[in-house]
Amino acid sequence: MTTTMTTTDTPPPVLSVEAASKRFTLHLRDGLQLPVLQDVSLQVRSGECLALVGPSGRGKSTLLKCLHGSYGLESGALWLTHADGRRVDLARAAPRTVLALRRREIGYVSQFLRALPRQSALDLVAERLLEADPSPPQPDADPLDDGPHEAALGAARAQAGALLARLNLPEGLWGLPPATFSGGEQQRVNIARGFAVPARLLLLDEPTASLDAGNRRVVIELIREAKARGSAIVGIFHDEEVRDAVADRRYHFH
Amino acid sequence: MNEWIQDDGTLPILVAQDLGHRFDRPGSTDGHWALRDASLALYPGEVLAIVGESGSGKSTLLRTLAGRLTPTQGRVLYRERSGRVVDVHACAERERRVLARTEWGFVEQHAHEGLRMAVSAGANIGERLMGRGERHYGRLRETAERWMARVELDTARIDDVPRAFSGGMRQRLQIARNLVTCPRLVLMDEPTSGLDVSVQARLLDLIRLLVGRLHLSAIVVTHDLGVARLLAHRTLVMRQGRIVEQGLTDRVFDDPQHPYTQLLVASVVNA
Repeated sequence: MTTTMTTTDTPPPVLSVEAASKRFTLHLRDGLQLPVLQDVSLQVRSGECLALVGPSGRGKSTLLKCLHGSYGLESGALWLTHADGRRVDLARAAPRTVLALRRREIGYVSQFLRALPRQSALDLVAERLLEADPSPPQPDADPLDDGPHEAALGAARAQAGALLARLNLPEGLWGLPPATFSGGEQQRVNIARGFAVPARLLLLDEPTASLDAGNRRVVIELIREAKARGSAIVGIFHDEEVRDAVADRRYHFH
Repeated sequence: MNEWIQDDGTLPILVAQDLGHRFDRPGSTDGHWALRDASLALYPGEVLAIVGESGSGKSTLLRTLAGRLTPTQGRVLYRERSGRVVDVHACAERERRVLARTEWGFVEQHAHEGLRMAVSAGANIGERLMGRGERHYGRLRETAERWMARVELDTARIDDVPRAFSGGMRQRLQIARNLVTCPRLVLMDEPTSGLDVSVQARLLDLIRLLVGRLHLSAIVVTHDLGVARLLAHRTLVMRQGRIVEQGLTDRVFDDPQHPYTQLLVASVVNA
């Protein structure tokens, strides 16, 4: 065999969607079938941003939800390749695996913030950092000693605060639950959560929809930094300026 | 138990295989199946919610998992701290009692079933420790105080009996009483129902905090999808004694597959 391993020069894509299809069956509507994804195949490499484009209602958000695991897939595969070359089919991964991936490898900025009630904006972001780096359970740790947790939380809050400041969220809001925030303020908390942990795969669903020009520019910077760190990004951007600034390729939904 | 090993080599802490429970009707040969063909696995640090309406078999499933109700069919396997696997219903009653006191906790819907109503809050918390051999009064009292503070109860009320406590305080006391021996698995039967909404919210926040901080594995029975959404990694839906759907909590609620789950999700506001 004389084949040289040129494949080492081009690592496999971080994400490979193969013939993904999904339909909703509405049992309360006499089993009405709604096809929402039909035979979607695409690939995204490390450091690349793929923009999903097409009229609304064609399954762009649905694909992101399938990748995040909050929707199941009917047929096809969603291969995520880890840094070490192993790969996992997100469509068939066990719930535990999906949760572990969400903690460390998959970032998601949904269209609307869905936050735990009563938790402050700062802690929503800080908790995302803590979840990604859980201190291993100490079998003989004192369950009543909050010291180690408080120390970790303090560090995470500092990091979370820096991100919220960068997104121009007034510091007076950090300690409040975002339920009463404006759409744009909630969206910035959501963005901070999505970008807090360096993700191997980053899913962005209209991240700039309700932001002003200044904050749109911050998000563009965050996306470019994530690409430079090697994240593979799949995004929906109705804002053409943002899309042109970050997307390397487009995938058209017809 | 081996077919339940995860890709990453994680072993389940609890496994139920084809559980069935039939309640016999007096004077009749055929009984009523409250539970049929229920199989599940719970992994370390995982919170599983069991949802369904009254009579769906969710409490029967929980009580069978807890070893309190003997199944007509199937078995429940539990992996101890030591790694040894115990068949919960085949082992001796004595062994089951030791497990219930040391490795498990059980939070009842009605606090009076899980507390000793006529003895002090401090004694309620200390009971499991005394069962384990702790006799030093000062240490027992100090531990009880620290646990009262942990569940946000006023430590000045350590000598009060639970009868003098509100519903929410009783649930907090019940939780402290269970967690004082650092169990690995906590089973909760509708822990927040019957409480005022604001009390419910604070109790849920506390349960969520403790489960995460103490790395507990937990199973929560609830008819409230909001409770499942807030606490559970995975959710299992029951109807007429059978598990009709189970999976990631957000997937079960956002993309329900079974007609009954779709009905359940459509019936609540912002589940």
